[in-house]
Amino acid sequence: MATQLMQAPVQLTISPRLAKNIRRNVKERVIELILMLAALVAVATTFAIVGILLYESLSFFKTVSVIDFFTDTQWTPLFEDAHYGIMPLVSGTLTTSAIALAVAVPIGTITAIFLSEFASHKTRETIKPILELLVGVPTVVFGYFALFFVTPMLQKIYPDLPSFNMLGAGIVMGVMIIPYIASLSEDAMRAVPMSMREGSYAMGATRFQTALKVVTPAAVSGIVAAYILAISRAVGETMVVAIAAGQQPNLTFNPVDSAATITAYIVQVAMGDLPHGSVGYQSIFAAGLVLMIMTLSFNVIGHWVRKKYRESY
Amino acid sequence: MATVTTPIKAEARDLNFFYSNGARALKGITMPLYENKITALIGPSGCGKSTFLRCFNRMHDLYPGNQYQGQIVMHPDNTNVLDQGVDPIEVRMRISMVFQKPNPFPKSIYENVAYGLRVRGENNKRIMDDKVEEALKGAALWNEVKDRLHDLAFNLSGGQQQRLCIARALATDPEIMVFDEPTSALDPIATANIEELMVELRSKLTILVVTHNMQQAARVSDYTAYMYLGELIEYDDTDKIFTNPSRKETEDYITGKFG
Repeated sequence: MATQLMQAPVQLTISPRLAKNIRRNVKERVIELILMLAALVAVATTFAIVGILLYESLSFFKTVSVIDFFTDTQWTPLFEDAHYGIMPLVSGTLTTSAIALAVAVPIGTITAIFLSEFASHKTRETIKPILELLVGVPTVVFGYFALFFVTPMLQKIYPDLPSFNMLGAGIVMGVMIIPYIASLSEDAMRAVPMSMREGSYAMGATRFQTALKVVTPAAVSGIVAAYILAISRAVGETMVVAIAAGQQPNLTFNPVDSAATITAYIVQVAMGDLPHGSVGYQSIFAAGLVLMIMTLSFNVIGHWVRKKYRESY
Repeated sequence: MATVTTPIKAEARDLNFFYSNGARALKGITMPLYENKITALIGPSGCGKSTFLRCFNRMHDLYPGNQYQGQIVMHPDNTNVLDQGVDPIEVRMRISMVFQKPNPFPKSIYENVAYGLRVRGENNKRIMDDKVEEALKGAALWNEVKDRLHDLAFNLSGGQQQRLCIARALATDPEIMVFDEPTSALDPIATANIEELMVELRSKLTILVVTHNMQQAARVSDYTAYMYLGELIEYDDTDKIFTNPSRKETEDYITGKFG
């Protein structure tokens, strides 16, 4: 058998039509390369930022011990007797973000449920663009809004409130991130197939029961993604807190105190005239690193939650 | 008809239906559904079979602008389920529905079946457990899922999901169950399971099924209705429709000359 098959040696040729088209291949490669380079810009920038943060932080931690950095309760890098405890800044960041989320998560989620499940087509098409307009308001405007409008109003209720306080800043920041939560959650809920809603209605459920027990759980991964984005926005938000929450690092979780956040401190120093290479100057990189780790861990948690609750329809 | 003595469970009386764009999808349909029988609706795509079926549990109410005209009367209480004074939610509790594509909720197997009871405010764990077991047994799914009742329903196969949807619909003790092409997304084995199940369920309730599969109609149903362009062309014993239809249009459709 084998010998028989070997017998007739056929000259194999490639017809010109089937020959490799070198010009086309080169063109494809070039395009691929250009596309990859474009994608690399973002990746490279991220790595560069992380690299610089790490490098500058490293020289900072040569002067200040990591233990002091996390346990010292004072942050006074500009004083004669300098303390470098990051906790006051972390507490300010967490408190303002928590207030913002306490405002934005309920209102944003309820808005999303209303728009997706209850509003008529016309209402939705009117409200959603207006809501998204909020995203376009410069944050500095929100900052002044907090300082000159919200805080004075709060002072009427609570007269001891200082002009710079975390409560006003947090509330305004919350209003600022409502559109993110509402808009993204609404997209997630509208992506839930109609057949699932019909299934619920056919079981005799009301609109509200359907929205709460079927649509929201089905959309939970998208809704969580919206929350995570909102948290990252709140933690990284700078202008509102720099203007309205005060600039005094203060280890407190009390919303009616004034305090500085990590971002507010970075702005303060970056705008000031600290000499390059000084410990004070390097401290903003350490603060920035902490900030980045915070947002990164929220993103990781969000990613994990999304994966755990991912629904396939 | 052959079995004139069979009691009537529900009947459509001169039923017209208009979609919000003004299209008239049903034209004066009058037909009874016999108690503890399976009635099949056949006809080419767009003939209004699904529209007709969805009138029974008022699914058209979910979309604004749809309009019913005429009656669907349920016996023995003579309720016109289309009456504006009748609560669609109550109607859906008496007439449940199984959809074309299995549409379990993003919940556990147990919670899927318990859903209808939960939305009715039932919270007693013991009653719920009993009902869930009974419904899953009724849908011939109990043996396959009894050890993993708290797994996500999406982990079931397509055929199991469809039986889960039947169990879900059974859990609330409906009187009528309407099936909208329940096997069109399933493989032949799962289809056979569902068909067998429908025949079993017939002893408990009245069934209306829309199908594109004429063999299916011939296999499972007692009565068959042929619809075309929103009209009821012929309605008779399944045997008669498939062996000796009285209308030429029905014969053409069944023999594949048309449609």
